[in-house]
Order: sequence, then C-alpha cells, then structure tokens
Amino acid sequence: MNPGSSSAVPGSNRETIVELHDVHQSFGDVEVLRGISFGVAKGGVACIIGPSGSGKSTLLRCINGLVPIKSGSIRVADFDVHALETDQQKIALRKEVSMVFQQYNLFPHKTALDNVMMAPIHVLRENPKEVRERALALLAKVGLATKCDAYPGELSGGQQQRVAIARSLAMRPEVMLFDEVTAALDPETVKEVLNTIRELAREGMTCILVTHEMRFARELADEVLFTDGGLIVEAGAPAELFDRPQRERTRAFLSQIL
Amino acid sequence: MSSEVRSRALPVLLPSAERLRDAALREREIGTPTWRLDWSHGIALLTAFALGCGIAQAQAQPADSSIFATIWKWTPLLARGFVFNLAISFMAMALGTLAGVFLGFAQISLLRPVKRSAFLATHFFRNAPWLVLLFYCMFLLPFQVTLFGVTVPIPDWTKATLGLALPVMANVSEVVRGAIQSIPTTQWEAAASLAFNRRQTLWMIIFPQCIKRMLPPWMNLYAILTMATVLASIVGVNEMMTLTQRALSAESRPGLLLAFYSYVLLWFFAYCYPIARWTVRLEARYAVNQ
Repeated sequence: MNPGSSSAVPGSNRETIVELHDVHQSFGDVEVLRGISFGVAKGGVACIIGPSGSGKSTLLRCINGLVPIKSGSIRVADFDVHALETDQQKIALRKEVSMVFQQYNLFPHKTALDNVMMAPIHVLRENPKEVRERALALLAKVGLATKCDAYPGELSGGQQQRVAIARSLAMRPEVMLFDEVTAALDPETVKEVLNTIRELAREGMTCILVTHEMRFARELADEVLFTDGGLIVEAGAPAELFDRPQRERTRAFLSQIL
Repeated sequence: MSSEVRSRALPVLLPSAERLRDAALREREIGTPTWRLDWSHGIALLTAFALGCGIAQAQAQPADSSIFATIWKWTPLLARGFVFNLAISFMAMALGTLAGVFLGFAQISLLRPVKRSAFLATHFFRNAPWLVLLFYCMFLLPFQVTLFGVTVPIPDWTKATLGLALPVMANVSEVVRGAIQSIPTTQWEAAASLAFNRRQTLWMIIFPQCIKRMLPPWMNLYAILTMATVLASIVGVNEMMTLTQRALSAESRPGLLLAFYSYVLLWFFAYCYPIARWTVRLEARYAVNQ
C-alpha cells in the first residue's frame, strides 16, 4: 500500500464516483440513517465500521437503490439514486453498482459457472461465448477454476462467497459494495475472501465495504467511517482513526474490539 | 443449506432444533392438502372386502353364482369406468394446473386489482365444496354451444372435468403462491443487485427453485382429485361408481353391496397408494436438499 494514497482525502485529487449528502432513512418510527454524508473517489476503498444496528447495511442498500431513502441525495457516477423512479432506471444504476452479501445469496439451482454467466447474458445481452470465457477467467481469478460445475450447495462458505464476488465482477461494475462478506465465514476461509477483495482493490476497483475486519480495513482503506446510531461519528484515514480516534464513542468501540 | 446447518450446529441446540422442525412440518401440513395413505389402510380395505364377500356368500340363494364369479363378470365393465375416472383426473389436473399457475402468479402481481381478484378467485374456489362446483358446471353450462353456425355439443363428462378443474386450479394457485413466497427475499435482493428485472427474476431465478417445493403438494392434490372423480357419478357421468350402481341393480342382490363398494375402493387404493408413497419420498429428499 503506498503511503501517499492512504492519507488522501477522497475527492481531493481524484474524481468522486459515489457521493452521499445528508441521507435520511427510517423504517416506521425508527430512524436508521440520520444524515449521512461522505464521498468515495474513483478507485478508492471506503470501509464502514460500527456496532450492529448502526445502519451500515441499510446504507449500502441505499447506494444501489435496493432501499429508498427519505431525504438527502445519493449520486453514483451519473445517477441521482434518489430520483430514479422507473425499474429501467434502477436497472441501469445496478449495472454500474454491484453488491456482495453476507449470506452469499448464490442461485442454488445453477452451477457456479452459470451463476456468474446469467446476468451478463440475460441483463447485458452479451454474446454467451464471450461471457463464458470471461466467467471462466473470473472463476480462475478467485481460485475456483476447478469448481465451475459445482452447485452452491456443494461449495464451502468461502468458496460460495468467492463465486458471489466473481458473479458481481462479471457485470463489470464501476463500484462494488461488500456487505459484511466475511461475517458468516469461519476464520480460515475469511482469508481467501479477503485476498480476493485485496486484489480487486489494488487493481483499482472502487469498493465500499461494511466490515468487522479491522486489520483488513486498516491495511486497505483510503478512508474509514465509524457509524453509530445512524450517524457518521468519525471518519478519516485508517492510521488516524485507529491510532488517534478523536471521539469518545470511537475510542470506546475500538477498545471493545481491538 | 439444511445439511450445512446440521453439520455446523452446536449439539446443545439439536433438541430444540428438532422441536422447531416438527412444529414447522405440522404447520406446513395444515397449510397444504395432505393425504397420507399407508399400507395399513390397504389391509383395512382388504378386510372389508373379505368381510363383504363373506356376507354376500352367506346371503346367496342356491341359484346365485358365487360372489367371486359375479365380481369377475362385472370387472371388465368396472375397469372401463375406472379408465374413465383416470381420464377425467388427467384432464382436470392438466387444466387446473395450467389455470392455477397463471392464477398463482396473478396473486403476487404488483397491480392491486389483479392481485385482489386473483386472491378472491383462489379463495372462493378453494373453499367452495367440490360437489357444489360440480353441480354449477353441470347445470349452468349449456348442453351445446353454437359457434359461427356450427353446433358443438358439450357432453356431461366435459362439464364434470371442468367442474373438478376449478378447485384444482384454486389449490394449485395457492401452492404456487406459497412456493414463490417461501423463497428467501435475499434471492430477490441478489437478483435485483445484478440488474435483473422482475419478470426475469421470477422466471429464471425464483420459479425454477419453486418446482421442487411444489411437486409434493401437487401430487397430493392429484391423489385427492382422483378420489374426487367419483363425484361425477352423482351428476350421471358413466364412471366407475355409476357403473357399480348399475351392476348392483342388475344383480339385485342386496348382499353384494359391501363386497362391490370395497372392491371399487381397492381399485382406487391400488392407484393412489404408489402416488402417496412417492410423494412422501420426494418430500424427504427435497427437505434435505433445500
């Protein structure tokens, strides 16, 4: 990791690709997000950390339009996410923003290869032959070249999660969202998934991760955001936030888990 | 999924997991039509049949032929009736399934009026007595229709098939709706995140996963329908039950009643029992694989 980029403020020297401004969201009476603002530069890596129930997953789901927001604005590339109304517009956004889930959510009735190929063929309407080659390459990249014909039920958690990452990458998105992708895995398989994400980030993919892997966040992130109670309590470069947290709440959280 | 859970679960949780599973199974059984035949039912039927034959033989006049000869004499006719029962069951099932899948999809439509009316139709036909629906179709449909100057007769058995297809349709509709809604919402989320539209998600991702779950209740429904085809005798269709009544009145020996009717039951048991066993086996297999 070069030291120059780790201290870079997103947007200062690179084009901002994801920008949230004063985002509010509530479910019934419960306010989940109470004014979230941040930006992620193209090719940057943002890690969102915080206690359970602080709205981290909701925040990610707002960015690709799975969850509508009450007020504020979210911009992803050229899309004003809050203003998207028709399904077609949302689909156009989701071609640029792909998401990987905690529970992998592979399609159980399709093989690993078919899982990766489905969306490019049916959504992007690309040539099946080319898609197949790309899918094979992607599965090889995540270290699963030999598991192409396996069904998700036959794969371990870590393998399933890597197929899910390959499936998202096959859409050639601009931004990848990772929602606690290692939380359901056992420690040994966490590493293989993190290696895959590390490789992606180094290749210049814009990544937003919700994670509990603090070491990983410190190593990879350009910016770490600590959220609690639907607010960003503190944000900054990992070295600053982890070593010299300014807020009492951040200190308390970090002392609990580190 | 469940095998993974089982292998990872803490042993201390197993007793409560067992309890939860049993509760879930019971709940599901209430929600879907189930018809659990087992071999002891067959034994009971055979006993009834033997008893019926004994009674008939005891009441026989010296001039009467033996009970077995009598049954044998009528068997070809009854078999023809049984084939007719099966034909009605096939057609009603095909028709009802086709319409039911359509109605089931309508039940999860995002358009409120479509959803509402599909819901009403489903629940009306699901809860109406089968016999009432059969009578409606028998007496409300004309015996012939004239289309572009061509008169097409509608025979009774067609109307009976239609009448039986209606409750099948409603039950299939519920099976389809239930199966679609039993697929975890995370599958919808994953599909949406990959930019699939709703129609693609339903047809390529959700519905294929439903087929396994729908097969056992669908086969159950078929077994129930087969047994219900004898209702058509009440409206005068020449199926096995009607023919049995005719045979009995031709013989005019009241002693034959129990023997003949348990004989008919045995035919239906022989047909439905394998289906029921197969359903149980499929359910067990899919329960592990899901």
